[in-house]
Amino acid sequence: MSTTSTISVIVNGQEFDRIVEVRLTLADFLREELDLTGTHLGCEHGVCGACTILFDGQAIRSCLMPAVQANGAEITTVEDLSSDGQLNSLQSAFRENHALQCGFCTPGMLNTATAFLKDNPHPTEEQVREAISGNICRCTDYVSIGNLVVQAGWSG
Amino acid sequence: MTQQYIGAPITRVEDFRFLTGQGKYLDDIKLPGMLHAAILRSNHGHARIKSIDTTAALALPGVAGVFTYGDIASIAKVIPVRVFEIPGLDRYLQVPLAEQKVRYVGEPVAMVVAVNRYVAEDALELIAVDYEPLPAVTDLKEALKDEVLLHEENGTNLAGSYELNTGDIDEAFRNAEYVRKEEFRTHRHTGNPLETRGLLADFDKESGELTVWGPTKVPHFNRAILANHLEISEENIHFIEPDVGGGFGIRGEFYPEDFLVPFASMQLGHPVKWSEDRMEHLISANHSREVVCEVELAAQKDGTILGMRANIYGDMGAYVRTHGCVVPALTAGMLTGPYRIPSYHADFNCVMTNKTGTGTYRAPGFYEACFIRERLLDMVAGDLGLDPAEIRRINLIQASEMPYTVGVTRIDGRMTVYDSGDYSSAFNRALEEIGYESIKGSSGPDEHGRYHGVGVASYVEPTGFGPYEGARIVATKDGLIEVYLGITTMGQGHETVMAQICADSLGVPMVQVRIFHGNTDYLPASIGTFGSRATVMAGSAIHLASQSLQAKMLSIAAGYMDTETTSLEFSNGRVTRKAAGENADELDVAQIVALAESGAEVDGDETPVEATEYFRVEEWTYAYGSHVAHVAVDPETGKLDVLRYVVVEDVGRCINPLTMHGQSVGGAVQGIGGTVLEELVYDESGQLVSGSFMDYLLPTSQDVPNIDSIILEEAPSPLNPLGVKGAGEGAILATGAALANAVADALSDLGVHITHLPLSPNNIRSWIRRSSGG
Repeated sequence: MSTTSTISVIVNGQEFDRIVEVRLTLADFLREELDLTGTHLGCEHGVCGACTILFDGQAIRSCLMPAVQANGAEITTVEDLSSDGQLNSLQSAFRENHALQCGFCTPGMLNTATAFLKDNPHPTEEQVREAISGNICRCTDYVSIGNLVVQAGWSG
Repeated sequence: MTQQYIGAPITRVEDFRFLTGQGKYLDDIKLPGMLHAAILRSNHGHARIKSIDTTAALALPGVAGVFTYGDIASIAKVIPVRVFEIPGLDRYLQVPLAEQKVRYVGEPVAMVVAVNRYVAEDALELIAVDYEPLPAVTDLKEALKDEVLLHEENGTNLAGSYELNTGDIDEAFRNAEYVRKEEFRTHRHTGNPLETRGLLADFDKESGELTVWGPTKVPHFNRAILANHLEISEENIHFIEPDVGGGFGIRGEFYPEDFLVPFASMQLGHPVKWSEDRMEHLISANHSREVVCEVELAAQKDGTILGMRANIYGDMGAYVRTHGCVVPALTAGMLTGPYRIPSYHADFNCVMTNKTGTGTYRAPGFYEACFIRERLLDMVAGDLGLDPAEIRRINLIQASEMPYTVGVTRIDGRMTVYDSGDYSSAFNRALEEIGYESIKGSSGPDEHGRYHGVGVASYVEPTGFGPYEGARIVATKDGLIEVYLGITTMGQGHETVMAQICADSLGVPMVQVRIFHGNTDYLPASIGTFGSRATVMAGSAIHLASQSLQAKMLSIAAGYMDTETTSLEFSNGRVTRKAAGENADELDVAQIVALAESGAEVDGDETPVEATEYFRVEEWTYAYGSHVAHVAVDPETGKLDVLRYVVVEDVGRCINPLTMHGQSVGGAVQGIGGTVLEELVYDESGQLVSGSFMDYLLPTSQDVPNIDSIILEEAPSPLNPLGVKGAGEGAILATGAALANAVADALSDLGVHITHLPLSPNNIRSWIRRSSGG
């Protein structure tokens, strides 16, 4: 069995064709091969959510998926959430609400919230609490994050 | 000093890079030719190493080196105690790789360095270690029997003991109308920052310079240890702190890997990076909080406390680490808390077990002491027919008694003196906020069958540990103010808070201020960031250096403007004449620097325009506050719902209400998680049972309530120029106490008696079963 495979993926709007080891995780592919280090690894067993990215528009954990499985997929990472050096409205809301401290969980939290708001543009607080419950933040109380996601939904 | 920034809820300057994925954490740094390390760790709680065969691992393509004890033996030294050393502890220190025995699951046995982490981990599996398993001891009371010895050469598992005494304890108990004795236990858990530990070392053979990225908290101290271990000069070692994903006491101490990774870089001539996974973190980074305490209280029947006696045991794990006896020592040191307890005696003991070594976790010893004391107070109140609030009101130290001398309860032999405070005011505020009078006594069951309870707890907490911290402030020709600090930061927001202090103390717009931190080249000496000291110590140093720099700039300006400095003022980044009309001359920072560079005299001291000051203090400043919890407990499932949680903290002076509030609510959530969900559980053979986030549960958005946080500034500290007290730990500190008191209140009709943590559903169920006799 071959230990490498060729994949073609679109990441942050750019197409990449790469030969990768079949055991390489998607997170390591993004971080090590493409140098997109905004995607963080907090547990590497699918619990903490820090590695969450947008995969064909869905929020998924990139530490649990082999890179080869991403062949043909369109991926967005935290580096592409905003453009022109400006924060998008969700990112601005994180800042205004002091919804981050060490910042390590923040990329995953942003991606989870982005995918959630796309499907639930006008959420309740309870829905938001459930939606972000798979992303562990070790610094904040989650309330600031939950509130801003609710606000971002209703104002966005 | 103008007041524009201190006290304002300013959004953080560091947020932009974190929100756009541009933060640079340790594992994000890449160097040309960089190799990756992986550590082989003991999978036995206690075993003798008969042999290690690394042949197959070394033969694996991509492997650059494999190191065992034999490879470091010629220079290997034990990792020393940094703080809280007492006699005896130095017999239980750890060398970076196990020599003849392993004493805990997770102990480093070998290190592989390879082209990438995948290959390095492959090679770990090819290392053959022949172990002879030995019986393990994981309970500290069992360990005290010395039937299984971890360090045979010492003949005992009791690493050290210490005694604290104030007043006349025998007389207090002789005179007491009432005495109550209990045994309490706090459970092993730890900080678990979301970013695991890691290190990157790059040794340049030609220049002899070693650069190390990653260590935080105490880089100057770690540099000194490393220089000693590697036998190179401190001046040749440069520690650089990247962005850091949380600290909480765990990160940045000198661990075995802090020797191994730089050592490997020196041996192999390549940069070497190590980034641990979560399982490694859980078995190898410091654990904390595991304390057993036998405590006895002497009081009068009206509730007046006369004295307290305690025998405290701290579970140290298998080796004494850099924190020494900090957890049992601070449990003992702060057990009397914010109450008037005239006589106090405590013995504390450090006990070795076959578990991971221990150190601090946010509010070390304070969390434990608060749980023990506040739980005991509720029991005493119950015996004496007093409301829990009443017994506290009777015994809280009053504002009129400040500064209040407790006695010598510090192991450095200094007096414990509470510098300022109105403890009753904070306590009453917490009770008002939750509506204590209206919810007490509503124990239930409610319509869901849940029993309600309310629990209160008060604390006082030493912060701002000395002896010094420094700041170097430089005015640049671009008109910027660059602040160089020795302290490090782990996500608290120091780049914002320190800039606020500088801007106000110097008199410049905050946008002109740049904060640089976490690099041993910035200042020759620094203590570091821990124990809620950064804002107190470095903030005060910034204040002093800002004043010196302002004086210097005024002097340069006075020379140029041909006047006295007393007739000038510095504000909003400009020097102006006090009595000037419109169109008067003025100088900004860039112009003053240009004058200095052109040779203007400054009291005989020419360019550059900068000032360095160290703020020195030996006394600790004491923050304080109260927590109140309203809970509901389902007696069928043991599930605990926290309905409301109020935290009142007095921090002397609040620099930034936004980040302060963040510390407060985040700390409380961490404490609720630690009290209810988290536990590092070992089996009898020394295996960690809760070694992943599937088993070691951190609080999520669905586990915690909204926290009501109230920040008070009623009692500024007289010990520093800003009046600040530390602010990072108060909100976690009393969570164990308040929640346990609330659950005990809820289940009082069922006869439940709570002396242990955590308040997990299985524990609560077992307490209910036991009290109901089935």
